Amino acid sequence: MSQTLTATGFMGLDSGLSRGMSLVRTVPVESAAASISETPDQRRAAWMAAAQAGDRRAYEKLLADSVALIRAAARRQGVAQDHLDDVVQETLITVHRVRHTYDPTRSYDAWLTAIANRRAIDALRSRGRRDSRELHDEFALDSHPDTDDASAATESGQRAQRLREAIAELPPGQREAVEQLGLRERSLSEAAEITGRNTGALKVNLHRALKALRERFHGES
Amino acid sequence: MSDPRSHEALIDQLGTELVPVRRLLPPWLRTAGWLLAVVAIAVVLLMHYGADPMLRRWAGTPDLGWAGMGAVITAITAAWAAFALGVPGQRAAWAWLPLPGALLWIGASGMGCLRTWIAPGTHIASMHQSADCLVFIISFSIPLSALLIVLLRRACPLRPVLTAVMIGLASAAASASLLEICHAYDAAATDLLTHALAVAVVVGVNAAMGGRLLSKA
Repeated sequence: MSQTLTATGFMGLDSGLSRGMSLVRTVPVESAAASISETPDQRRAAWMAAAQAGDRRAYEKLLADSVALIRAAARRQGVAQDHLDDVVQETLITVHRVRHTYDPTRSYDAWLTAIANRRAIDALRSRGRRDSRELHDEFALDSHPDTDDASAATESGQRAQRLREAIAELPPGQREAVEQLGLRERSLSEAAEITGRNTGALKVNLHRALKALRERFHGES
Repeated sequence: MSDPRSHEALIDQLGTELVPVRRLLPPWLRTAGWLLAVVAIAVVLLMHYGADPMLRRWAGTPDLGWAGMGAVITAITAAWAAFALGVPGQRAAWAWLPLPGALLWIGASGMGCLRTWIAPGTHIASMHQSADCLVFIISFSIPLSALLIVLLRRACPLRPVLTAVMIGLASAAASASLLEICHAYDAAATDLLTHALAVAVVVGVNAAMGGRLLSKA
């Protein structure tokens, strides 16, 4: 039922844009609603075609369906279990941004996997960079031990300083979310008004920022 | 561990932001669009210089004609490869597409140097004149590369540097093709070297800068 809707939505909304090739594609999609021979890849391709035309239900089903594929791709690239979710989120955001580049005559899985591989490699690289930086910090700490009996105030001051630095290093969207929602304790709607971002994006950014900060300070306290 | 709740929230969020999008045109059609700009420049140059001197050169020395043909094929195939690489899921092997054209271009230009007669209406360029070729190829490559980068920023080149190399090759080859129209110098080692240097500069600059410009997309 949903697939029939999907196919019709695609043909209706996209007819002005699609050329012969896309129209040819809709025929198997339409008949596939009733057929059981449709592969998961074909089903996702039809959902994406519908999503390109603005079908939200098909889009959400497609993205939910894509999570497992992205995780599998990231795992194959060697991303650690704890960081798979970051790659999933980054990939979903990229998919959203470049969804117009998908050609429904081609495999959706290949398209998605290529993006997921890229994001996985990006994650591994940024991980590598961060690890090497942290190694330097530890080295500095070992070779210049603080011999003074630092007071509690200094220590907490240092900790606040490090937190401020960590927040400053976050991507702009995440930093904004932490500053507005966390530090200034603004409400979601106030923060949305100030930053010009919608509340959903702020929530997602705050969530990811906190996750990144937790990971960074994990084991330090 | 999997965090299904945060994925759900994100998916829900992306769903609310969903608007219909205009699908990217297929790579060959986008290539044709870019080639239109090249053809427009060629028409202007032909109107200014006329086609006769070029045709006379080619009739007298077919190797120059073959080299020009090779440059045109390289421009078309490299641009096509760049647009194909802008679509996620396309093979990196697309980058080999310009190879046959490039071999013809380089091979025929090299053969030209072995000739013992001089092409009609030309002379061997001095170093100073050769520098004109360098300036011509580089200055025409800049707008042609910029146009390709703008067009490709709408796509999603997951291999930005390789795509940028294709952009450089396409625009350098297209500029060298345009140069054929008004090239008054015969093939010679110095001239060939200048052309090679110009192409290398254009490809190198694109690889260094274009990659960064494209990966922001």
